[in-house]
Amino acid sequence: MNALSQRIAALGHGFVSMITGLGAFARLFGAILARSGVVLRRPRLTAQQVHFIGNYSLLIIGVSGLFVGFVLGLQGYYTLNRYGSEEALGLLVALSLTRELGPVVTALLFAGRAGTSLTAEIGLMKAGEQISAMEVMAVDPIRRVLAPRFWGGVIAMPVLAAVFSMVGVLGGWFVGVMLIGIDPGAFWSQMQDGVDVIDDVLNGVIKSLVFGVVVTLIALYQGWTARATPEGVSRATTRTVVSGALAVLGLDFLLTALMFAH
Amino acid sequence: MTDSPPNPLVTFDGVSLGYGDFTVLRGMDLRVMPGQVVAMMGGSGSGKTTLLRAVTGQLTAQAGRIHVFGQDMAHLDGEPLRAVRQRMGVLFQGGALFTDLNVFENVAFPLREHTHISEQQILERVLDKLQAVGLRHAAHLRVSEISGGMARRVALARAIVLEPELILYDEPFAGLDPISLGITAQLIRTMTDQLGCASILITHDVAESFAIADRVYLIGQGRLIAQGTPAELSSSQDDYLQQFLQGRPDGPIGFHYPLTPAFERWLSTRKAART
Repeated sequence: MNALSQRIAALGHGFVSMITGLGAFARLFGAILARSGVVLRRPRLTAQQVHFIGNYSLLIIGVSGLFVGFVLGLQGYYTLNRYGSEEALGLLVALSLTRELGPVVTALLFAGRAGTSLTAEIGLMKAGEQISAMEVMAVDPIRRVLAPRFWGGVIAMPVLAAVFSMVGVLGGWFVGVMLIGIDPGAFWSQMQDGVDVIDDVLNGVIKSLVFGVVVTLIALYQGWTARATPEGVSRATTRTVVSGALAVLGLDFLLTALMFAH
Repeated sequence: MTDSPPNPLVTFDGVSLGYGDFTVLRGMDLRVMPGQVVAMMGGSGSGKTTLLRAVTGQLTAQAGRIHVFGQDMAHLDGEPLRAVRQRMGVLFQGGALFTDLNVFENVAFPLREHTHISEQQILERVLDKLQAVGLRHAAHLRVSEISGGMARRVALARAIVLEPELILYDEPFAGLDPISLGITAQLIRTMTDQLGCASILITHDVAESFAIADRVYLIGQGRLIAQGTPAELSSSQDDYLQQFLQGRPDGPIGFHYPLTPAFERWLSTRKAART
């Protein structure tokens, strides 16, 4: 009986701490939004973060986009070839990238590249008393440190997703047109004809924006709440990748269901 | 015309401090006047840093009243607390420099956050403060490129760049070489005299702090043990005080961490595990 009640208590404790965590997460989001005036007053702070977060993720995003495009081109060709409709390869590559792979894979890479560095940076700032020092200097660390990083991530993410999709389309074109020899006119015209600016491109941009908000916020929250020890910071960076990836995949399903239901 | 005595910058009246249910210090009474260098001394773990956190408002008193610049710290929050903090400078134990900024930008940080002066004035003021700590020519270096002692001096320049009315130093002498140590001590004294501000030193370095302090408070065993001018304390016959000042191993201050039931339980389980 005792063991049973202990298990129920542990379950309840886990549930309560999960809800408490979600509450703290939402409060941090609110606090960052309330202090976002700094983005307009001191745009340089955010610009630095867009540079830091975006620029340093560019290489991994570009290279990954290229390879994903290569694979899409190859697999798409093999499948379409069965039905004799390989001219539709351009459309297949473009739709896959703008609707799904662009935002999702970019967000996963973004969590691994930029998210972890944000978490580690803020965790180490805490460990080195930098956050306390800022508070004691009458500088609000949420306004000075978190808000510019949050908006930096939110701005960088759709741009990175666009770069990913663009490079991916070029990768598909390279494999389909240059290597396999599909007619370039068909490749591009089918794409132009079949991809809708609102339905496909805009929805993809909205997805990447949502992922940008969620992944950046998770990274900042994990850094902000990390224990100020080497072990605490390492756990927090791991949690950023795990929760970030799960949140992106879960949200992607939800958004897809909402956006593409006819 | 009568000269009324200046108001104290910091007063503690019967203050108890601690974390949660645990009380570190109790019954603290102290007063810091403008122009004074006040040293708070005590052994490691005696609660010196806790005292400093109470002055900055990072920790509220469990009992008693703390006034800084005449304001009751117990009810201070948000903008009024920030206004009080803008009038003080703090030198943290490890320096707490911002690792994403270089030396110059670290010292310029408070100016950029709290003033609207021109880039040219920022350059002049920052280089001036860096000159005072002997690091003018290190302005361009990254924080990762400077030594621990240099980082402390940069943090000192950052703490004084707004020329605050109250400067708090948490272990300013720890980890400094003898030359920097002497210069830093003198710098604290001259800064205090020139700006007419007050300085609170948290330290266990007897020689340097006695040389520059106007008043010394000694804390230990969770309370205020002695206070007075350096001369008064040096001539006191109090056992505790003499042991601390002379660094004697034997006396009322135990070197060993006290035995607790928790340790005995831990040891018995360890021994049981071996057999």
